[in-house]
Amino acid sequence: MSTSSDTDVTATPIARTKAPAAVRGTRLTLRGADLGRPDAPPVLADVELDVAPGEILTVVGPSGCGKSTLLRTLAGLLSPPAGEIGQDGSPVTGPAADRALVFQEDALLPWRTLRANVELPLAIKGSARAERRRQAESWLARVGLADHAHQLPHRVSGGQRQRAQLARALAGAPRAVLMDEPFGALDAQTRAGMQDLLVEVLRGTGATVVFVTHDVDEALFLGDRVALLGNGRLTAVRDVPRPRDRTAHDDPARVALRRDVLSSLGT
Amino acid sequence: MSRPLPKAGRYALRAASLAAALGLWQLLTSLNVDLWLRFSQFPTVADVARAFAGRLSGPDYWTDLTDSLTRILTGFLLAAVLGVATGVLVARSRSAEDLLGPVLEVVRPIPAIALVPVAILLFPSNEQGIVFITCTAAFFPVLVSTRHAVRALIPVWEEAVLTMGGGRWRILGSVVLPGALPGIFGGLSVGIGVSWICVISAEMISGQYGVGYRTWQDYTVVDYAGVFVGMVTIGVLGWATSTAVELLGRRLTRWLPRTSYVAGARPRPVKAAAAPASTRADHAPSTEEARDEHLV
Repeated sequence: MSTSSDTDVTATPIARTKAPAAVRGTRLTLRGADLGRPDAPPVLADVELDVAPGEILTVVGPSGCGKSTLLRTLAGLLSPPAGEIGQDGSPVTGPAADRALVFQEDALLPWRTLRANVELPLAIKGSARAERRRQAESWLARVGLADHAHQLPHRVSGGQRQRAQLARALAGAPRAVLMDEPFGALDAQTRAGMQDLLVEVLRGTGATVVFVTHDVDEALFLGDRVALLGNGRLTAVRDVPRPRDRTAHDDPARVALRRDVLSSLGT
Repeated sequence: MSRPLPKAGRYALRAASLAAALGLWQLLTSLNVDLWLRFSQFPTVADVARAFAGRLSGPDYWTDLTDSLTRILTGFLLAAVLGVATGVLVARSRSAEDLLGPVLEVVRPIPAIALVPVAILLFPSNEQGIVFITCTAAFFPVLVSTRHAVRALIPVWEEAVLTMGGGRWRILGSVVLPGALPGIFGGLSVGIGVSWICVISAEMISGQYGVGYRTWQDYTVVDYAGVFVGMVTIGVLGWATSTAVELLGRRLTRWLPRTSYVAGARPRPVKAAAAPASTRADHAPSTEEARDEHLV
């Protein structure tokens, strides 16, 4: 089973409230796509996926199931060997600034301070020095790093680096944010804090989010929908009841979904 | 591990090491020690110092010095620019690798000093020939280390800049060059050393003026103290230039994570600003450690 490719706009959940003046999210679609590196057999075959504007889609699956491949394809870093990838109806041909990618590993440039890292997407866009400095500082403040703006990445903790990466990704005002297990390397305590932070900073950006994780609870907390990968296919896309609500943990519908997801992952 | 010495102590130790070497030299030569190794013909430190003082007041010494420095700096800077440019090109472009790779690999094993005949044939003046040889000598270490450093870059950095909408030049300027800098400076350090070897040898063979030329002249007229003045001059100049390269390299790669020992030796007030408790719990001790624990 896969997401039906004919899902129309009204049928896709857009649960988050968006600020009226915010950047609108983008629609990402994969049609009959095989995903993988060009010189190897596809990691994922025949993927049908429709990510609605402004939704948070979480993707879970066992290690090596192609989660990262899916994300890199959506980012435009990998082109699918077969099938189509589209953004708002036009084909994606390569990486672009409106689809930001947040990596699991340290993707901050180690020779730039946190602020200089956050300024980078703004510099690429060509904004003036004073303007990008102001914006970078405001983004760092929003992720709680105002006092670390002049630190080099290796001088701060892993959680702080990931917050800086988040700030860097959002500073360029992307219409989609693709996150590749961004909190996978953090301890449980930090991770819960980061999830709350993510929800908070995404509010008002209206960006579409595809969030890859191996943590089912994280996927069910953050996602409007959760996509399951396994055996080289996209096996299901399920709606999540009461997303981003910490108190929904005991919700019977959520508990049932969690059980389903875990059993489909074979754990 | 023993406690690191304070800064003044380390400089004292270095000075003592030099003084001990000079003392041993003076002892062996003034006593005319002749134990298989023959020091009887050797000038003493005092002889060399006298000759040195004499040279310093003459005009030729400074001409030699500036000539040699001009040659080596010109050759070395050319080699640095060409080496980095070629290294990046060969590492980043398959067609450049196919086009330039074979030629470079065949020329590379030829010792630069063996190119003296080529230099004489090619260049109208000796001066340009010497710069050419110096440049060739430093070019290959810089090229090879740049190539390796660029190939060893973490792909994530480039992908990050690509997904911010960065193009080729942005990646070159913001990722490739700064990321490869530690490796490039490894090559530059080796290169400046090889440059000295070649500039001195080339001056001995075909120069007019220059420290190497003067040293060889002194040898032919059996002025051994003068030979040692030349050698000391080469030593000091070589040490000064390679220190300059080292310091520049350290300055430009300050961002490299250093071990606590080195960080302590060069104190920098980095952790001064105590972070007021941020809104979120954030105490990840080490990324690697945490990553291993949380892999499913």
